[in-house]
Amino acid sequence: MSSANSSAQNIVIRATGLQKSYGVQRVVDGLDLSICKGECFGLLGPNGAGKTTTLRMLLGLIEPDAGTATLLDLPVPQAAREARIRVGVVPQMDNLDPDFTVAENLLVYGRYFGMQDSEIEARIPSLLEFASLSNKRDAKVPTLSGGMKRRLTLARALVNDPDVIFLDEPTTGLDPQARHLIWQRLRELTQQGKTLLLTTHFMDEAERLCHRLAILDNGKLISQGSPRELIEQNIEPQVVEVFGETSAQWASEYAARFSQRFEASGESVFCYVQDAQPLVAHLQMQSTLRYLHRPANLEDVFLKLTGREMRE
Amino acid sequence: MSSRDFALPRLSLRFLPIWRRHWLVWKKIAAPSILGHLADPVIYMLGLGYGLGSLLPQMGGMSYMSFLAAGTVCYSTMNSASFEALYSGFARMHEQRTWEAILNTPVSLDDVVLSEILWAATKSLMSGAAVLVVIWLLGLSHSLMSLWMIPLALLVGLAFAAIGLIVTALAPAYDFFMYYFTLVITPMMLLCGVFFPVSQLPHGFQIASNTLPLTHAVDLARPLMNGAIPPQALLHIGVLFAYALIAFYVALVLFRRRLSR
Repeated sequence: MSSANSSAQNIVIRATGLQKSYGVQRVVDGLDLSICKGECFGLLGPNGAGKTTTLRMLLGLIEPDAGTATLLDLPVPQAAREARIRVGVVPQMDNLDPDFTVAENLLVYGRYFGMQDSEIEARIPSLLEFASLSNKRDAKVPTLSGGMKRRLTLARALVNDPDVIFLDEPTTGLDPQARHLIWQRLRELTQQGKTLLLTTHFMDEAERLCHRLAILDNGKLISQGSPRELIEQNIEPQVVEVFGETSAQWASEYAARFSQRFEASGESVFCYVQDAQPLVAHLQMQSTLRYLHRPANLEDVFLKLTGREMRE
Repeated sequence: MSSRDFALPRLSLRFLPIWRRHWLVWKKIAAPSILGHLADPVIYMLGLGYGLGSLLPQMGGMSYMSFLAAGTVCYSTMNSASFEALYSGFARMHEQRTWEAILNTPVSLDDVVLSEILWAATKSLMSGAAVLVVIWLLGLSHSLMSLWMIPLALLVGLAFAAIGLIVTALAPAYDFFMYYFTLVITPMMLLCGVFFPVSQLPHGFQIASNTLPLTHAVDLARPLMNGAIPPQALLHIGVLFAYALIAFYVALVLFRRRLSR
């Protein structure tokens, strides 16, 4: 809870003590969240951290073992159906109808919200324009590129003009051009006052898009705040990455002298420092080493909080 | 597993947009689909009817071809509903993730499962009606009573769609369906009076046959095709309804469990 303006009537998604286990594994473990109207909120976490399970509980698709959740002031899962009338969802994996054209996908999906065909037809041109798919109106889904399919999925999630949009890894598997276009569209949606809840494991995506973030690991919320707050609270402001075959040897001799904290990973050493100047001056003298000096970012925070081991 | 899994179905008209989705898909492949509905049952009926029928005396007071006609309508409706509920249903639930997309809207799993059953029964209706038209054109049935075959095809479709969805709810992959077709559907075709009267079977098999839904469908269909009111009609209708309702509930509970992750 960091925003000052999180007055009760502004909260559109609230979770209190949410908990869910599958077998002996506790996937979500006592999660508290409040997401305000107009906010783009990011859930970050390694694979298996409980991000998708959290989304599914907040949508009322699965029942928590303990805790409560409200979506647009309605209790879920009890009143999930009413709540979902005003919600759009972009799922992790494409589930467009492959037998239909682009426009038919939107028409058929709008009907699930109880919309009249005329009402949906009237919205289709602007949805296609938003998704940059106006010239693909009658194209069949299998002929679309990955980026086009994602954009169609996003347009489909907007067919009912939702107040809240859930996005589960919206840009996974897309090339940089396609990602940038999606990001631009998501920013437009927040400018329109829509509330976005997205999961991602791309830190640049989270840093660019999200007003606030929560980092999840093993089903627990381990840190929360704006991207800048997370960096300030968790990590030194400067990072110097040192590369080269002799980096390990260098690290054992010098890293602790010049940095508050350092981590070796393969042939790279990450030095976290308050002031990088002494270290950079020292490295300029080392002919066998290369280095990169940059400000600390969210990925540094993420790796510090969740560790460098693989999660598989 | 939660007690909500066992709640009675809560049905609403929200299944209708899903049914319309399936209809729109079907319209795009209508020609091969209708051919599929017709070719297999009609080839069997004509092949066995003319080939075997010419060697056989009258069966159950009618020509073998007429005897076979009623059975053919029933087993083709059974097959249509079963294929739709198993292969197409599994594709929508698992492979294409169509259900997942729908469940993110204000539509519940109960509505989705109901739409699957009604759609598979619709396919049965189309298949039964197509075979019926061939039977009329060949002059194998002259009675207006045979029009009752149309609602019967729908009822048989509902029963087999619901039973088939139980299998779909349990299936890890498409291969699993071979067990159901080999161990359930094919024996049913041979045990339930489609090709020969159940009375030809050994006593134990006759008892087993009486518990199977297709037997009750055939017992209704054969008199109707010949213009007679089926004996014990209410019993047969009741059994088919019971199969449809109980299997619907069981399938729904299984789907709730499967999709609650």
